[in-house]
Amino acid sequence: MTQEMDLNQRFEDYIAADQKIEAKDWMPDAYRKTLIRQISQHAHSEIIGMQPEGNWITRAPSLKRKSILLAKVQDEAGHGLYLYSAAETLGITRDEMLDALHTGKAKYSSIFNYPTLTWADMGAVGWLVDGAAIMNQVPLCKCSYGPYARAMVRVCKEESFHQRQGFQVMLNLSNGTAEQKAMAQDALNRWWWPSLMMFGPNDASSKHSEQSMRWKIKRFSNDELRQRFVDMTVPQAELLGLSVPDPALKWNEETGHYDFGPIDWSEFEQVISGNGPCNRERIAHRVNAHNEGAWVREAAAAHAAKVAARADQQTHAA
Amino acid sequence: MSASKNEWPLWEVFVRSRQGLSHKHVGSLHAADATMAVNNARDVYTRRQEGTSIWVVKAEDITASTPAEKDILFDPANDKVYRHPTFYDLPDEVKNM
Ligand SMILES: [Fe+2]
Ligand SMILES: [Fe+2]
Repeated sequence: MTQEMDLNQRFEDYIAADQKIEAKDWMPDAYRKTLIRQISQHAHSEIIGMQPEGNWITRAPSLKRKSILLAKVQDEAGHGLYLYSAAETLGITRDEMLDALHTGKAKYSSIFNYPTLTWADMGAVGWLVDGAAIMNQVPLCKCSYGPYARAMVRVCKEESFHQRQGFQVMLNLSNGTAEQKAMAQDALNRWWWPSLMMFGPNDASSKHSEQSMRWKIKRFSNDELRQRFVDMTVPQAELLGLSVPDPALKWNEETGHYDFGPIDWSEFEQVISGNGPCNRERIAHRVNAHNEGAWVREAAAAHAAKVAARADQQTHAA
Repeated sequence: MSASKNEWPLWEVFVRSRQGLSHKHVGSLHAADATMAVNNARDVYTRRQEGTSIWVVKAEDITASTPAEKDILFDPANDKVYRHPTFYDLPDEVKNM
């Protein structure tokens, strides 16, 4: 008991001193569980997030755009891998995490349950969705758990091209024909509110936030980050000559921030609990890809075992 | 360490970022064997010219000191300040030392 108290004290001291917690350090169970939940959900989001954009790879308007999109989707696979690896240091297996995703036990970011209907969505997703992700992820580079923080540093380095290429797509469309501009506006209309929802519930109703802030897993509240995102993005929309679909949006001289209208949280609840436009499709596609890859995984494992056995025999024979 | 029966083993990946620097740990991945681990490491950890050489080591083959040993292993160095050059106060006239 006293030993546990000592360990807990040391953990608290580390956190207070902004020292990183490493995989083998003692940590409270609840801290470990919170991290496993958050990191694995984050990993799932990267992996499921490949689908809406993968949808346009074969239909990209030019070879250059196709190469860019391919590189971006490949990056997202890498992000998933870094994050799964970080979660594994906490004692959960890759298989357990994938099971949780495939059976619907684990959540992922609700944004990826919206369809990508036109090429302009590739612009809006890069600009807004990756933009919101960056806003969320940059503070995580300083999170108290070492392996997560290090994974996030890699992710953030790769993320900025994602947003820039998206904005460029929007810029080209906005400067194009009237039809192209309308397509860009339509994409902004559909992705704006779901992007704001990416920051999670309002602070008052966010059930995990407070503890996570105390543990320095989270550094800023959902509402703070959302406000920063709005402040950053509205001038960019103006630059594009597009209008943000929020009649209540207004610069507030006093606060130095944009005021914006209320978010439809019932939509968020619907999507997060499985009833978004694409939830079933996303999971079915993921499960299918996993099952279709099973023979590759088995064959590679069998081959490796055979080679190892042969090497073993040779050492014994010698 | 609980390895499930379907899972490929876990490998730790080390990358030499530039000729002349040592290999540095960058992360981990699963692979059936060492060759596949190197190939996968190339794909996930060096997509932007982050490296010129890769090491992979099976995670289970690494022996690490435990946090519990931290005091025993590392504290004795605390009171040996004379191992640092700054311990020695020399007159200003002494040059190039
Ligand atoms: Fe990502
Ligand atoms: Fe991204």
